[in-house]
Amino acid sequence: MTLALEDIRRIADLSHLSIDDEQAVRIQGELNNIFQMIERIQAVDTTDIEPMPHPHDGAQRLREDIVREQNDRENNMKNAPEQSEGHFLVPQVIE
Amino acid sequence: MAQEIFHASVAQLSDKLARKEVSAVELAQTYLDRIEAHRDLNAYLDVRPEVTLAQAKAADERIAKGEGSRLTGIPIAHKDLFVTKEWSTSAASKMLEGYMSPFNATVVENLNNAGMVCLGKVNCDEFAMGGSNENSAFGKVLNPWNKDCVPGGSSGGSSAAVAASLCPIATGTDTGGSIREPAVFTGITGLKPTYGRPSRWGVIAFASSLDTPGLMARSAEDCAIVMNDMIEFDPKDSTCVELPKEDFTRYLDTDIKGMKIGVPRKWFADGLDPELAASIEDAIKTYEKMGAKIVDVELPTVDLGVPVYYVVACAEASSNLSRYDGVRYGHRAQAYTDIQDMIKRSRSEGLGLEPQRRIMIGTYVLSHGYYDAYYIKAQRVRRLIANELNGIFKDVDAMISPAATGPAYHFGEKSEPVQAYLSDLYTVPVSLAGLPGIGMPCGMHSNGLPLGFQLVGSLFSEAKLLGMAHRYQCETDWHKRVPAGY
Amino acid sequence: MQWEVVIGLETHVQLSTNTKIFSAASTDIGADANTHACVVDLALPGTLPVLNHGAVERAMKFGLAIGATVAKRSIFDRKNYFYPDLPKGYQISQFEWPIVVGGQVSFMVTPKKGEPYMKTLNLTRAHLEEDAGKSVHGLEMNRSGIDLNRAGTPLLEIVTEPELRSAEEAVAYARTLHALVVWLGISHGDMQNGNFRCDANVSVRPVGQKEFGTRCEIKNLNSFRFLQDAIEYEVRRQIELIEDGGKVVQATRLYDPDKGETRQMRSKEDSMDYRYFPDPDLLPLEISDEWLDRVKAEMPELPEELRARLEKDFGLPAYDASILTTSKPLADYYLAVAEAVSDKKIAANWVMGEVSAALNQQEGTTIETLPVTPAKLAALIGRVLDGTINNKGAKQVFAAIMEGNGEVDALIDSLGLKQISDTGALEKIIDEVIANNPKNVEEFKAGKEKALNGLVGQVMKASKGKANPGQVNQLLRQKLTA
Repeated sequence: MTLALEDIRRIADLSHLSIDDEQAVRIQGELNNIFQMIERIQAVDTTDIEPMPHPHDGAQRLREDIVREQNDRENNMKNAPEQSEGHFLVPQVIE
Repeated sequence: MAQEIFHASVAQLSDKLARKEVSAVELAQTYLDRIEAHRDLNAYLDVRPEVTLAQAKAADERIAKGEGSRLTGIPIAHKDLFVTKEWSTSAASKMLEGYMSPFNATVVENLNNAGMVCLGKVNCDEFAMGGSNENSAFGKVLNPWNKDCVPGGSSGGSSAAVAASLCPIATGTDTGGSIREPAVFTGITGLKPTYGRPSRWGVIAFASSLDTPGLMARSAEDCAIVMNDMIEFDPKDSTCVELPKEDFTRYLDTDIKGMKIGVPRKWFADGLDPELAASIEDAIKTYEKMGAKIVDVELPTVDLGVPVYYVVACAEASSNLSRYDGVRYGHRAQAYTDIQDMIKRSRSEGLGLEPQRRIMIGTYVLSHGYYDAYYIKAQRVRRLIANELNGIFKDVDAMISPAATGPAYHFGEKSEPVQAYLSDLYTVPVSLAGLPGIGMPCGMHSNGLPLGFQLVGSLFSEAKLLGMAHRYQCETDWHKRVPAGY
Repeated sequence: MQWEVVIGLETHVQLSTNTKIFSAASTDIGADANTHACVVDLALPGTLPVLNHGAVERAMKFGLAIGATVAKRSIFDRKNYFYPDLPKGYQISQFEWPIVVGGQVSFMVTPKKGEPYMKTLNLTRAHLEEDAGKSVHGLEMNRSGIDLNRAGTPLLEIVTEPELRSAEEAVAYARTLHALVVWLGISHGDMQNGNFRCDANVSVRPVGQKEFGTRCEIKNLNSFRFLQDAIEYEVRRQIELIEDGGKVVQATRLYDPDKGETRQMRSKEDSMDYRYFPDPDLLPLEISDEWLDRVKAEMPELPEELRARLEKDFGLPAYDASILTTSKPLADYYLAVAEAVSDKKIAANWVMGEVSAALNQQEGTTIETLPVTPAKLAALIGRVLDGTINNKGAKQVFAAIMEGNGEVDALIDSLGLKQISDTGALEKIIDEVIANNPKNVEEFKAGKEKALNGLVGQVMKASKGKANPGQVNQLLRQKLTA
């Protein structure tokens, strides 16, 4: 499978990365090499083999529905690039 | 032979502190001075002497009151992937330069509570992505054995710091070999515990089903001692396995006699540096002399480890790194047209090439039309690999294998991504199965760089592994070697 | 051209848990911005999700209530996209393996034209997911403010099959669903605060055509009024478009209540590739048979079950049963009254009449805080049934209790409402009335039943309302037919 430049642009867009034309060509080359290596997995017979999302089998633990977090706004927002009146500020969002 | 205090092991330092031969403040100052003197290694990213000394002072007070425990006053460096309240956490990325976390990672908190004194945050590959620490946004880390060579990665700052005696022990994380490989590149001992044993709360996520916090020190014994306080079940991490507290030093006196050690002969074929192969063979012979029985094992699917790893890890990473959007913290671009543009520019400016590359790979394998063929396929092959690895431990107590294809290489030597990725072939299968592994030294290359091997065990067998590693370190002294000038 | 409307509804119900679905921060509303957003909700580096037991139980209750399958094993997936109110850059949701599958909801539809009818709608699924934060405008020029208090609030997304055929059906379903989630205690149902939001998938097709037409999704309708108007507008829009020779383009639309129309959203959500994959920070959710049985045992009687019981065991008409089961507090109130009263229908009349009127009049009064408690109402009804007072008097006592509390018997005395049941005194009044109203008497004797009412009224008037109307009626008949 070979990636075309539009694929690169589409993936960059989905990943919210902006890349210029030069970068796109470079990345295209790199990714195509990487995917050539990745193709190896297609040769393996995995009939009846379940995917393995975690090393261990196990079920999700549940947390009791009790409030344990207290307001720590100042501390939690101290790294905010822009804030006002307890809100994170961003360029205006238009629906 | 008088040994420098900064060459002492954690065990020895603990004794000295208890006997008041040295104070925690003196010890901390010693390391801080060395860190300053060896800034060229670029191992440390954030050092705050006042904060360190304040912690040391508090440790001395506890010791004076007789309230000290085994680790009170022992200095430690934390990989800059663990969030800390009192030092910045950057994940070696411009995206998080100067970020101050409002909370400590559980591992950091546990070791703080045990009285350890933090010397600062050490460098790594950006977002743990890399095997050489050449991917840090704040400069590469130098291998103290040869400053033209890489210290390994992603925990390169941790390994260089321990090897150069800039700290007696450091935390690291291992996702695809990031503790084991730098350990063997710098002649130190690195432990990757079983996935899910340590808590990942506060560890900046790269690949959620693979990331494993661990330790890097001069010896297996040191790792075992600190593991006792590092490991505790943490309900804040849903993937943390609920097991009781454990004494990881309990098998240090284990008897190697009668143990079975598996060796995957296929892995000693092409591509492995001959001196490295020879030194690992020596290590195997040493175990045989200790009474172990060596068994050949077959791991046919393990070749697929690298492609499977890169599909799975990149997929998870592509999503884990989506939170870096410049909205609530981290780098925000100065010029942009609208909110989506701001997010794109912030990410492109803040994230380095390797993270961007891996995000793109991950986004692609998860995208519509490719998900089944890549992501799901890779997870199926992952199960095959894990089944195979888990299978051999029915017959053997541990497995010995290389952790790298040769000694530490020169900067720029593996700049081509695929070439770099393929060097992970020995470590990633272990990661995919979630197994514990220890990287440790077993020789020296004629080029002056350390050589080491990987000891791998079954799930949750880290205590036994540490025992087996310690026994080897009782018979050999590779782990006691120190680079010239350090 | 005859058109058929096809509608499917997706409803996001905010669950009434104390804490977020994946963090232990409070879900209380009205707090200052970002004071209920902990490090997990803000997606700070190194944070991880842990699942809320209460959210899961509420989803289980819902599944049981609608006769769906509650999955023994379900998976949480990441839905990846970038938006400032989505802190992780992905929403934790459930894609391939939701917690609830199938199920049905039945409801009464009262169309503008034609007879009311029952409809049973099939549900596709319901799954758990987390809510996003909010953006506010006006804090500063050209800036939006992001408040993540709401981020992480548990949502149950309930999806219907595209079997609704009109805006009225959609609204009837939505109302019934709303009443159900409140009844079950799994949501506060506060629509003004976004507890219950509907997305409507609307398409049209010529009657008889098997294939569905292209659909548009109208998002975020948070009132029944908007739901109805938006769907009706969209249907008209699509039909007009097609009849003018155009084609409906699949799109996500928003309803503008001021203009009364739907418009296309700016963001191109339609072609969005969310790259769903199982969240590796979470393990599969497993629900044991024991747990499910326990939840089943603790379920309240469902509205339809109670309705059926009221009709069968209490002999109430369908209409009464339906009204009395519109809310659990109202139903509980009625059941408490009915338990202490022999005539279940009269109890129903009082609850549907005086009690409901009182609730509507007094702003802020809830049925739980009503001065006329079930015990008091039962006592009051008892006094009517045993003849102590008549209905009119009872209403006076009711009003008095609403004003200033008080006990039933004490008020009957202090207001002097005891009925005259003494036949002697009554007969005197009756004889007088008969004598003074010859016309009514003649008409009644001639067979006009209604003429008696006038006489009864006169007797009631003469007795200052204290006569027992039933007795008056009886005595009058006796005298007139003698």
